[in-house]
Amino acid sequence: MQLIECPWCGPREEVEFSYGGQAHVPYPDTPGELTDEEWARYVFFRDNTRGRFAERWHHSAGCRRWFNAIRDTATYRFERVYRLDEPRPVTP
Amino acid sequence: MSPRTPGADLPEHPDFLWRNPEPKRSYDVVIVGGGGHGLATAHYLAKNHGITNVAVVEKGWLAGGNMARNTTIIRSNYLWDESSAIYEQALKLWEGLEEDLGYPILFSQRGVLNLAHTLQDVRDSVRRVEANKLNGVDAEWLEPDEVRKVCPIVNTSADIRYRVLGATYQPRAGIAKHDYVAWGFARRASEAGIDLIQDCEVTGFATDGNRVTGVRTTRGDIAAGTVALCAAGHTSVLTDMLGIRVPVQSHPLQALVSELLEPVHPTVVMSNAVHVYVSQAHKGELVMGAGVDSYNGYGQRGAFHIIERQMAAAVELFPVFARAHLLRTWAGIVDTSPDASPIVGRTPYDNVYLNCGWGTGGFKATPGIGWALAHTIAHDEPHPNVAPFALDRFVSGALVDEHGAAAVAH
Ligand SMILES: Cc1cc2nc3c(=O)[nH]c(=O)nc-3n(C[C@H](O)[C@H](O)[C@H](O)COP(=O)(O)OP(=O)(O)OC[C@H]3O[C@@H](n4cnc5c(N)ncnc54)[C@H](O)[C@@H]3O)c2cc1C
Ligand SMILES: [Zn+2]
Repeated sequence: MQLIECPWCGPREEVEFSYGGQAHVPYPDTPGELTDEEWARYVFFRDNTRGRFAERWHHSAGCRRWFNAIRDTATYRFERVYRLDEPRPVTP
Repeated sequence: MSPRTPGADLPEHPDFLWRNPEPKRSYDVVIVGGGGHGLATAHYLAKNHGITNVAVVEKGWLAGGNMARNTTIIRSNYLWDESSAIYEQALKLWEGLEEDLGYPILFSQRGVLNLAHTLQDVRDSVRRVEANKLNGVDAEWLEPDEVRKVCPIVNTSADIRYRVLGATYQPRAGIAKHDYVAWGFARRASEAGIDLIQDCEVTGFATDGNRVTGVRTTRGDIAAGTVALCAAGHTSVLTDMLGIRVPVQSHPLQALVSELLEPVHPTVVMSNAVHVYVSQAHKGELVMGAGVDSYNGYGQRGAFHIIERQMAAAVELFPVFARAHLLRTWAGIVDTSPDASPIVGRTPYDNVYLNCGWGTGGFKATPGIGWALAHTIAHDEPHPNVAPFALDRFVSGALVDEHGAAAVAH
């Protein structure tokens, strides 16, 4: 089983985690002004990258905290994990 | 025993089912993806519309993607009118497909049970049965004792964690042999003059304003009058090249088979709550699956704990399977959409059609989507069966929410 590194708890088994999809999708600043098209983008459309992807993970059966990860969606390898208050790491 | 050359007593090599032509430089229609949907579309373009200057370009070998990996469940008992229309038309086509293709597809209408384990399951199921009946789809609600009659090996006793409170039953549902289906379509399309080009990956598009003029491939550039994207889990890779945003997410979806067993399982059983579905293939393997692995993935493999859970659920529902051995597991890459319904039709490019978002359940639609997509291409107008599934529904809000009829049930 794959080990995932929780930024707080360290490496734990994959079964302890749940997936939260694409990271860095902020709630709109001016929700009242959004068009239907813009709402659709926010609600339904996410990147579906093949390769390196910034995404959210939840240590749901551990410390129950959220964090972000850079993971390769083709190899499933985690390249970096980082806290929500940290900026997206610059990866080569 | 006298010595002999291995293989000397084998028959002559059988006839090839399709030609393997070099790609021409130009076609009226280029279909990207040689899975079930691409091949069925090719067949109906030729058969229904006489359009044969067509290429199906496939990056791997023919039907080696989800078409080779699915668990072949065919049914049409979806909730909404829009879904009923396309899945029921597909089921009617399945009923005559062997004859149409002149090829055995082992379509076996052994029925499907969708089990209900909670009172809410029961209410949702009964509602779906009534909706199905209104749409002319065969559907019945079965009480636990009737479930037992259809499938004696399901544990309908009271001392189980999630009791079987009943099930929906669609007698005309069933399974088919997926490879034979693909080969049957491929043979017919090839006979009609359509080029099936394997080992040919689309790596880019040539565009001119609102039109795509051709595809760039690992076997050279190919000009195209119309392009149809039938790339299932890899759709986003292609639409990213075109700058089209499509709301699908690619996930691994796993399945498994047991060793070969005597026939014990007469139908197909699905349980969203206990999280497994099971049928028994013609050869005798128990075929099982469940939901997707939660993370996005293009690796055509998934995590083993997902398999463990499927097997635990299967043993819970079918105690008789406790000593069956797992033989093989595998995964495909499925393209899930926000409302668990497909996305088919126009794109921002005038001559590019999209067919994706079938997620965990597009095998059953194969003849239906081939029929409708061929019509859409031939008339440059979405067929009525696919019109409700256009990309713009995510802006208009006219979603076709089939999470209840999809989920674990494929
Ligand atoms: C484990 C599993 C179980 C399933 N069970 C069921 C079931 O019981 N019932 C059901 O109805 N559905 C089921 N499905 C879903 C079903 O398999 C799919 O919805 C359906 O096969 C998708 O259509 P397709 O056959 O055209 O896809 P595919 O066979 O995946 O065809 C897409 C093709 O496009 C090719 N391609 C991709 N990118 C490119 C490119 N750039 N250039 C050229 N070619 C490209 C791929 O190589 C692939 O061959 C299951 C899927 C899986 C993985
Ligand atoms: Zn933790």
